[in-house]
Amino acid sequence: MSSRNGNILEVRDLRTYFQTEDGSVKAVDGIDFVLKRGETLGIVGESGSGKSVTNLSIIRLIPDPPGKIVSGEIIFDGQDILLLPTEEVRKIRGKRIAMIFQDPMTSLNPFMRISKQLMELTELHLGYTKDQAYEHAIKMLDMVGIPDARARVDSYPHEFSGGMRQRVMIAMALSCQPELLIADEPTTALDVTIQAQILELIKSLKQETGTSVILITHDLGVVAGMTDHIIVMYAGKVFEQARTRELFATPGNPYTKGLLRSVPDPTSEHGALYQIPGLPPDVAHLPPGCPFAARCERAEDICRKEFPPFVALTPDHHSLCHFAEEVYATSQRELSARGGRQEQVLDLE
Amino acid sequence: MLRFIVRRLIITVPMVIIVVSLTWGLIRLAPGNFYTGEKRIPPAIEQNLREKYGLNKPWYVQYGKMLKNTLMLDFGTSLKYEGQSVGSILARSLPVSATLGLLAYLLALVVGVTAGTLAALKQNSRLDYASMALAMLGISLPNFVLGPLLVLIFSLSLFWLPPTRWGGFPSVNLILPVLTLSAVYMAYIARLTRSGMLEVLRADYIRTARAKGLSEREVVLRHALRGGLMPVVSYTGPALAFLIAGTVVVERIFVYPGLGTYFLNACLNRDEPLIIGIVAFISISVLIFNLLVDIAYGFIDPRIRY
Repeated sequence: MSSRNGNILEVRDLRTYFQTEDGSVKAVDGIDFVLKRGETLGIVGESGSGKSVTNLSIIRLIPDPPGKIVSGEIIFDGQDILLLPTEEVRKIRGKRIAMIFQDPMTSLNPFMRISKQLMELTELHLGYTKDQAYEHAIKMLDMVGIPDARARVDSYPHEFSGGMRQRVMIAMALSCQPELLIADEPTTALDVTIQAQILELIKSLKQETGTSVILITHDLGVVAGMTDHIIVMYAGKVFEQARTRELFATPGNPYTKGLLRSVPDPTSEHGALYQIPGLPPDVAHLPPGCPFAARCERAEDICRKEFPPFVALTPDHHSLCHFAEEVYATSQRELSARGGRQEQVLDLE
Repeated sequence: MLRFIVRRLIITVPMVIIVVSLTWGLIRLAPGNFYTGEKRIPPAIEQNLREKYGLNKPWYVQYGKMLKNTLMLDFGTSLKYEGQSVGSILARSLPVSATLGLLAYLLALVVGVTAGTLAALKQNSRLDYASMALAMLGISLPNFVLGPLLVLIFSLSLFWLPPTRWGGFPSVNLILPVLTLSAVYMAYIARLTRSGMLEVLRADYIRTARAKGLSEREVVLRHALRGGLMPVVSYTGPALAFLIAGTVVVERIFVYPGLGTYFLNACLNRDEPLIIGIVAFISISVLIFNLLVDIAYGFIDPRIRY
């Protein structure tokens, strides 16, 4: 089914809640998205918006308790992962869906040699012998650009720099040639120069292997040059989704506009850095209306009372806002007024 | 590494000197001496004896002699056990204490680590609460209560096990003393393991291991246990030293001719050379076991280098 329509992953109405003393925290509350084979999807949002929980839900790694996937479907290559027994999910993890985590300093086992951590995967999923797995580990390290891989494969993680460790994580993730790679803020903990290298690496490896990628980040600059589609998340909900170019050019949601305005513009000489006022809401106690209403420039009474609709601006572009059409129209006017300067920013990537 | 070991061994010398000096001072400060007993020894005989053991010399001469003996690891002869050198008493009693101590620690390690790991894996389950409640009991119940209690149940009521006496190794006589001695350590190790494992199981690299598709068993055994047991390793040094060096109470209860029993008797008898000898031996073994633990760290955690 999904393979026929070209979708590697379909997430339908996913809800992941955490039970806390403060009540039920709706970390992810009704997420829908589709990822086509070979494409890259960016998930953008502030801390606590539910990006990481969404992706941990996909491979069912939500710590339970306190977390629980309450409802939804996660259809990976035609199979609903949520209906599979744990044994079957384990065969998918690391083999068909691999993850790269945010902090390479803590995501590798400090007590274990790099070689062993890499070999584990191919021995488990591909049935490699020790020798085969060892050679494969060296090949993978070589592929992610670790110089002198044969000599360094037996090092411990602490003997590598942060950027090198993230390369190791990527080598590990790609060991079994996964069909889907989930990169959860892969560059957040790294220096800016290293960030660019790592992103370039993911990009080129993706082109070589044809893997589909989900890239989670809070940095719009990161997703701009990397992704085909973008989802903007806020308070566990999808606020806007569109093709990358479209989202940057003509955002249809006040929150996305705010995010785009907060990206520092090096060509602008005047003015302080823009920031969206206020803080993300406490997802344990959400108001009845739009969760962004309190921080929104466009908010009216209806926003505080009624939950906004998910408006289809074009077949490919949706926005969760009472005034989606209006915001979208404004964006389009602004775009033509600028004469497409936003496009230039995109091309910089 | 070698430099580190040599440095640590050199530090052992002043440490032992400080420990025996304090011990010697305390013995001398306490009122009375070896010759004050219920039956007074005639002054003339006491005088002769004092001369024989050099006890009539000024204190600094005696102190110097004690230090010299300690540094040569020759503690002289016991005052109470006439004609027996302190060395021979140590050699005779150490195997008893070491057998008891090692067995107790081994038991504590196996039971404690297993219980602690299971409790951590099933946090807040009945198993967790039950084992932690038992551990609390183990820590709070002093061994001078637990020992007699076990004897009362298993020897005097059920007649399953002998109540006292050293019977060599292996022997059923060991079961009750080992159990008594082990209880506190077992409980403590269970708690250490549990908290260590809970911390490690939340670590990012455990999430990575799970994301690789490893089974929960492999995640725990291959990835979590090593980090989770670090607190237990650091506890092992001092614990093992004290266990092997003898435990006064348990040896007393079960009438074991170990270091603890001799130490207690030496203190009651004011048998100065024997006290100094045993104290020096215990402090040296504590220092050495700590050194061994520090060396072991280097093997367990590759980030630690000396």
